Amino acid sequence: MSGMQFTAASSGTAHTNTSLKSRIGRLLLRVILLAQSLFVIYPLVWNVLASFKTNKEVLLSPWSLPGSLNWDNFVRAFTTAKMGDYMFNSVMVVALSMAITLAVVVPTAYVLARMKFPGRKFLTNVYMAGLFIQGVYVVVPIFLVMNDLHMLDNRFWLSAVYAAGSMAFSVYLLIGFLKSIPREYEEAAMIDGCGYFGTLFRIIVPMARPGIITVVIFSFFDFWNEYVLAMTFISSEHKKTIPVGLSNLFEIQRYATDWGSLFAGLVLVLIPTIVVYSLLQKKLTEGMMLGGLKG
Amino acid sequence: MEMYRQVFLLDRERMVTAMSTKMKRTGFILACLIPGLALFSLFRIYPTLQIFHKSFFMWSAIGDEPKFIGFKNFVDMFQDEVFLLSLRNTGILMLIVPVLTLAIALINASILSKSKLRESGFYRTVFFFPSILSFVVIAILWSFIYHPSIGFLNASMELIGLDEFVMPWLGHEKTVLWALAVTMVWQAAGYYMVMYIAGIDGISPEYYEAASLDGASRIQQFFSITIPMLWEIIRVTIIFIINGVISISFILVSIMTAGGPNRHSEVAITYLYGQAFKNGNFGYAMAIGVVVFIISLLLALLSNRLTEREAS
Repeated sequence: MSGMQFTAASSGTAHTNTSLKSRIGRLLLRVILLAQSLFVIYPLVWNVLASFKTNKEVLLSPWSLPGSLNWDNFVRAFTTAKMGDYMFNSVMVVALSMAITLAVVVPTAYVLARMKFPGRKFLTNVYMAGLFIQGVYVVVPIFLVMNDLHMLDNRFWLSAVYAAGSMAFSVYLLIGFLKSIPREYEEAAMIDGCGYFGTLFRIIVPMARPGIITVVIFSFFDFWNEYVLAMTFISSEHKKTIPVGLSNLFEIQRYATDWGSLFAGLVLVLIPTIVVYSLLQKKLTEGMMLGGLKG
Repeated sequence: MEMYRQVFLLDRERMVTAMSTKMKRTGFILACLIPGLALFSLFRIYPTLQIFHKSFFMWSAIGDEPKFIGFKNFVDMFQDEVFLLSLRNTGILMLIVPVLTLAIALINASILSKSKLRESGFYRTVFFFPSILSFVVIAILWSFIYHPSIGFLNASMELIGLDEFVMPWLGHEKTVLWALAVTMVWQAAGYYMVMYIAGIDGISPEYYEAASLDGASRIQQFFSITIPMLWEIIRVTIIFIINGVISISFILVSIMTAGGPNRHSEVAITYLYGQAFKNGNFGYAMAIGVVVFIISLLLALLSNRLTEREAS
């Protein structure tokens, strides 16, 4: 109300007044957003700085810069803390689980999206129901199954469990994607005598590449960061993945206080995530919408 | 005669090829489905059925034969004080975390998509970043933020003169759940923000133009356009985040506090895990799993019902 009266009184200054108001508003927004950015970034920056600090410097103040670049921490992370071994295991488990996931998910999603056969609807619903069963609920029974079948402490079977865990989401995402590909391509391929498998691998897979890439990105983060299952199913020190190795190291460092190598270890886990994120950021957020919003 | 024979042959050929294409098709379908189904059955379907089945058994060591005891596990559970405390803690987190996360995510999303700041891409990238970090890394980092002597939080309190509030955040019964909740919000807010931005970008700009012509302020537009138009997405994200709280709280609690101090940060799933792998009570652990699963399902249904709008 008062604004309107003001405008009526002097329309000349009103314009500069609103632009001043909006400028102050923008400044305020920026301050809020920058404060939040700091809140998000600070722990990570602190971590990187701490990975170069000596133990004494870590104790001194959370703001100070490291006196010199202490690469020792990274060396110790690899030698005494065995981060290299953990990293190798993680890379292996991620690669294996990814291979298994793609090998089972692409054909499953294709058949469920495209072929008509009795039980299709039921099977699709079974996979969709899987979206609601999170890993944490089924750790105990999976452990017991693996114990019966002598699959514990084995990186291959851990990868198989990972793949099974990501199936529901990946099948759901790919079915949605495959349904959007026009049928004419397959029909033409069949007439050309490609056969079912030929059509799937030579026509459908290349066309579904964006969907498959989305599955790969999401699974990468899931597998690389997974902790609960790896902690439960792997017992040998030399087979542990990096999140488990780190949490063990954290447990020890509470009392032993070689913090430097712990922080260096954390940085080592962050690097691949940051690289993948910066390369594929756009694909990732697009994929999220594909997977998230259609639900 | 010759002609009939040819027709007959052709017909037979056609039938044979029809049959073989049908068999090929069936073979293809089976070849595509069986490996995935085998994997999924072994590591998802069978374990899920096991939870429900074995929750009626007393089973206290791997080698033992499980003994059927009916509903005893469930009855015991509601007399088990630690379980009840863990359920209460889970409930508190399921309440605080979704509300804070979604409120922050919504506000940030509408600021970033409506204010047209030049650097909004930067904020978007930064805010989203925590949601791709490993929970283990987040748990360790935040343990140091809350660290009583070298922690950032206490150091900054001292810096701005709030010395009397300096405390071991994770070591105090009153603050520990809040400290964990803040970490969870830090982790998840950016993820939901990106979802909401996508939703807001899908709203026709004409609504906002019409509203600002009518003199509606930004805040009025937020409540009268953005929230109603995003309602369906908001409903879905509430369910996502309730599920998210269950799995992230397990990792944060087991790394940051181990359920302490004095079980005041124990959540239902960490208690379940301890019962199974520390005490060997597999039957009891699975019964807890059933109860937590049902509760989270009921919560999802409840929130769905509460947020339902009358078809108008």
